[in-house]
Amino acid sequence: MKIKSKIKRIFLAVSAIAVLGSITTGCGSGSSNQSASTDSTATSGSADKTLLGAGSTFVYPLFSKQFSEYNKLTGLQINYQAIGSGGGILQLTNKTVDFGDSDAPLTEEQAQKMGVPVLHIPMCSGAVVISYNLPEVKDTLKLTPDVIANIYLGKITKWNDPKITAINPGVKIPATPILVAHRSDGSGTTNIFTDYLSKVNPEWSTKVGKGTSVNWPTGLGGKGNPGVSGLIKQTPGGIGYVELAYAIQNNLSYAKVQNKSGNYIVPNIASTSAAGNVTLPADSKIFLGNTDAADGYPISGFTWALIYQEQAYNKRSQDKAQDLLKMLWWEIHDGQKYCQDLDYAPLSPAAVTIAENILKSATYNGKAILQ
Amino acid sequence: MSNIMNAWKAAKIKRSVRQIRGEKIFRASLVLISLSILVIVVAFLFTLVIQSLPSIKALGFGFLYGKTWDPVHNIYGTYPFLLGTLLTSFLALIISIPFSFATAIFLGEYYPRGWFSDFLKNAIELIAAVPSVIYGFWGLFVLVPIVRSLELKIGVTPYGIGIFASSLILTIMIIPYAASLGREMVRMVPSSLKEAAYALGATRYEVIKNVILPYSRSGLLAGVLLSLGRALGETMAVTMVIGNTSVIPDSIFAPGNTMASVIANEFTEAASSLYLSALIEIGLVLFLVTVIINMVGKRIIKKFTSE
Repeated sequence: MKIKSKIKRIFLAVSAIAVLGSITTGCGSGSSNQSASTDSTATSGSADKTLLGAGSTFVYPLFSKQFSEYNKLTGLQINYQAIGSGGGILQLTNKTVDFGDSDAPLTEEQAQKMGVPVLHIPMCSGAVVISYNLPEVKDTLKLTPDVIANIYLGKITKWNDPKITAINPGVKIPATPILVAHRSDGSGTTNIFTDYLSKVNPEWSTKVGKGTSVNWPTGLGGKGNPGVSGLIKQTPGGIGYVELAYAIQNNLSYAKVQNKSGNYIVPNIASTSAAGNVTLPADSKIFLGNTDAADGYPISGFTWALIYQEQAYNKRSQDKAQDLLKMLWWEIHDGQKYCQDLDYAPLSPAAVTIAENILKSATYNGKAILQ
Repeated sequence: MSNIMNAWKAAKIKRSVRQIRGEKIFRASLVLISLSILVIVVAFLFTLVIQSLPSIKALGFGFLYGKTWDPVHNIYGTYPFLLGTLLTSFLALIISIPFSFATAIFLGEYYPRGWFSDFLKNAIELIAAVPSVIYGFWGLFVLVPIVRSLELKIGVTPYGIGIFASSLILTIMIIPYAASLGREMVRMVPSSLKEAAYALGATRYEVIKNVILPYSRSGLLAGVLLSLGRALGETMAVTMVIGNTSVIPDSIFAPGNTMASVIANEFTEAASSLYLSALIEIGLVLFLVTVIINMVGKRIIKKFTSE
């Protein structure tokens, strides 16, 4: 009896400790992060030349190339963690990194959490291609926005549907059932693709909408680009969307897609860059999907580096802010030459001009950093 | 002379005092370490509860039976994933039981020693050591095409990937747990019992059926429970072969999704706070499901062994 009550007492004490512990970590997450970030900035002060970044996995190969080149030029160390756009935004919100990178502009909720203005600087653009597996078809298929949307809505279920054969005259298309593949993991690629579908198809826009993960009306989910392309490759009749770079590097076959001007565009680096050569808003926050450019591939989007407009926060030194801005300036100019080899689309001239203006608007204690 | 004796006595007392103190310190550190595990589990639960509070407030019980998972419109229902987790795990368990029990009896009773037994035992333990992502890849590129051709033969939609393929992968992954524990239990059956049964004229099959199995029942069931826990939480391998669709599966060959794989898939890019909170609530539900199944399992084992 005595032992039992003792055990009981110990158990109560333990749960009390546990509750206390979790409450302080759970509720006070904002404040504890704040103190952690001040510590990190204090230790990595102006003396050591290190910048921290986090975000999109899509841009990671390009960033690692650019940052290693920039390190050779200037000796500046840039540590970029590819943890996903959402994670990058969260880290920037908590001020634990110097810059974030996202494949989508901040949502209203995210911007609200930041509290202060955040600059979006376009870094490069990427395209999403429609890949398919029809061993019998040797020509490159043409697809219209309407057809793609109806396939993903589950309304076109056979490859020889009149809607598909009508736009591909002279191509013998078999009666294979269509197997739709999509990304199962939340991803910027899905965001670009669903944003495009929302723009071209009202039914998609109301029924499904756009986002990093959506409620797919039909189809199977594969994890990452390899998962989706695995599904397509394994199933005759499979169709799915993957990043252009991934499709090029893995020799996938992909369709020409009709753009707003009515032209069927082969997705490649040139046509993706062209998609961004349109009148851009001054803050560059635009989804490029369904571009107005006549020679632009319609399913593409920017990836943005994110920084606070006012760089004097958390006792950051002016040197650090200067380093960051100079590095980003280099990325949108000289750094762009590394895009091509890694199958990213460099910024269009229009986008570079916009990005320059955005970088110039960054301040330190209210004064412009770049002259 | 007495001087020496006294010094010796004093030294002895000093030594035993030190020993007693050492014992105390040892005991205290053991208690502390075991308690810290308890603290971690309880803190874990509370963190999950606190982080999922926004979602619990916004969605209530609808979260558990809601059939739609739509992050775009902030509608979150975990029922399809709950179903997917339970379906894949129990299906895997049912398929695995004959294999793991057979292996346990074979290695525990028929070939307890010798190079072949060692080889087989190591091979089974190796199955448990293979990282799950490798099972995922193997499943996607080898198992799924086989399942697809099977589906073509029996005339269901040949997705290949789905609940059934995931269950098969899980089966392979969980066999070692039940088999290893079962083997130890079968080996621990006292030989006097077995010999007595043989002396009464029992055949080997009768000995297994009437002596070994009843004696080792609790251990075998504990192994099954252990493997069920593993199946419930498995993430990577399942994600790669289940199809990841958030609809309610209409047959075991249909694609589906599990709670663990939804979390793994969507956590990194969850943009809104309600979305993030809903994902954490899935984690909480999974945690509770595991706890409940474990408790029920323990009950069953207790009931079986007390009979």
